[in-house]
Amino acid sequence: MNPAPSIVFFTVASGAGYGLLFWAGLLRPLGWVPASPGFGAAAVGLALVLIMFGLLSSMAHLGRPERAWRALSQWRSSWLSREGVAAVVTFGPAGLLFLSVIGDHTALATAMGLLSALGAAITVYCTGMIYASLPTIRQWHHPLVTPGYLLFAAFSGAALLAMLAGFWGQAAAPAAIAAVLGAAAFLLKRVYWASVDGARPVSTMETATGLGSIGKVRVLDPPHTETNYLLREMAFRIARVHAARLRTIASIAGFAAPAVLLALALVTGGVLAGICAFAAAALAMVGLMAERWLMFAEATHTVALYYGADARG
Amino acid sequence: MTSLPESKPGAKKLGLVIDLDTCVGCQACATNCKEWNTSGHMAPLPDRHPYSAGQEGVWFNRVHSYEAGDGEDGRTVHFPRSCLHCETPACVTVCPTGASYKRAEDGIVLVNTDMCIGCQLCAWACPYGAREFDDDQGVMKKCTLCIDRIYNEHIPEERRVPACVSTCPANARHFGDLGDPDSAVSKLVAERGGFELMPELGYKPVNRYLPPRRAPKADAGPPKDAGPLPSQITNPLLRWVDKVLSR
Repeated sequence: MNPAPSIVFFTVASGAGYGLLFWAGLLRPLGWVPASPGFGAAAVGLALVLIMFGLLSSMAHLGRPERAWRALSQWRSSWLSREGVAAVVTFGPAGLLFLSVIGDHTALATAMGLLSALGAAITVYCTGMIYASLPTIRQWHHPLVTPGYLLFAAFSGAALLAMLAGFWGQAAAPAAIAAVLGAAAFLLKRVYWASVDGARPVSTMETATGLGSIGKVRVLDPPHTETNYLLREMAFRIARVHAARLRTIASIAGFAAPAVLLALALVTGGVLAGICAFAAAALAMVGLMAERWLMFAEATHTVALYYGADARG
Repeated sequence: MTSLPESKPGAKKLGLVIDLDTCVGCQACATNCKEWNTSGHMAPLPDRHPYSAGQEGVWFNRVHSYEAGDGEDGRTVHFPRSCLHCETPACVTVCPTGASYKRAEDGIVLVNTDMCIGCQLCAWACPYGAREFDDDQGVMKKCTLCIDRIYNEHIPEERRVPACVSTCPANARHFGDLGDPDSAVSKLVAERGGFELMPELGYKPVNRYLPPRRAPKADAGPPKDAGPLPSQITNPLLRWVDKVLSR
């Protein structure tokens, strides 16, 4: 699948934003992050900025962005529509959370924080299901895809919260959470890659053409000499050597290194902890961009079979 | 509404039956499809760089050519690919706007281009590559089963079939109601062992493909009543007679 920069950026930025909103909303009432209005405004504010930039970026992918409001109508059948509805609804409590932390209304902030956390989790779940519900792409139609989206959002959000809390000198709780989630994300991605690499493809050129009863099917002539929309969008190919390197970058820079840095932040404390948390958050965002780019680049669509693609991808 | 209409037994399911035995790969169906539809219901079907290198455009029907099998059993098969008007089309259910829909009355899958936001999720959801994006208008387009021909009372009745069907010189394309077991197309499918494409994905396509017929097996040895070989005939006169009669 074509890794459109707008979608890669959208899912990483809004995922981190919702993760940050989730932890900010949940940990404030517990007293695990600084209680000052300044910190609350910074955390919720950064979350909202990331979410809004992500959503604006996703609009850039649309052929008719001015009609985007129509996407809120088909929540009965469409995960994309459900994601849109969940995102819009979550802006309500998230906006009120921002105002209540600035105004220091503790009770309202607690209620809105919990509602925001719920809304954030539902929105990211819908994002994951958009991909996981497509049987046409075997690398997406996988039981670990939606848990992955949730885990990566929770991890990057916690890393960002640890970075912000580091500026206030209280990074311990979010750093501990982010370190654990980073290690879990590293494991999940490794298991996912092993699973998709080893899986037998569901559809092949033989099932796509129905000619398997005659024998092995090969392309003799393509229907057109130049490229087309289907090939540009759904037959994107990445060299295996680049994929292997990017997988290393994604799993080490995105998950393993930040987890280690966050554990260091936990041990050291003080200014060093702040620096470690900052570096961890920055690395996590870069690594997640690589992870998300690969999520598209390595995904193979059944339509490519008609053009002679290797079913294994 | 992108929720699918309730499927009732015996409901009309309009679709195509494509005969892979007789298709000669002439591309006439693809050409007439483009010709009709670029001014039809989902018009236009734009082209990029139509008169220079790198030309490409929106086509609802594309004819692939494959080789299947090896040796004597190997076949060259021309394979037209278009929308299969599935019974459970995920291209419709994933649509967030309601622009994609499946008609309850005949099962045709259509796009309302006035509502489409161009998110292209339907193209991802279609296993068969039936949806093509119009970059000029920023909306998705697809085969309409020539809805503007099959119900068109301004053209003679015998022409009320999809453009691809009307133009096929090899009679390899058939149009009809696949929901009616007694229709000509349903009988043809039953008789020839028509099959679905990628049934394992569960989209339940309506269109059917008829498999290439098997070539009669050439017998390896000489026929049993072939008689002696010319070299085995010792009498020169009989050898001459055999030679003359064998011409």
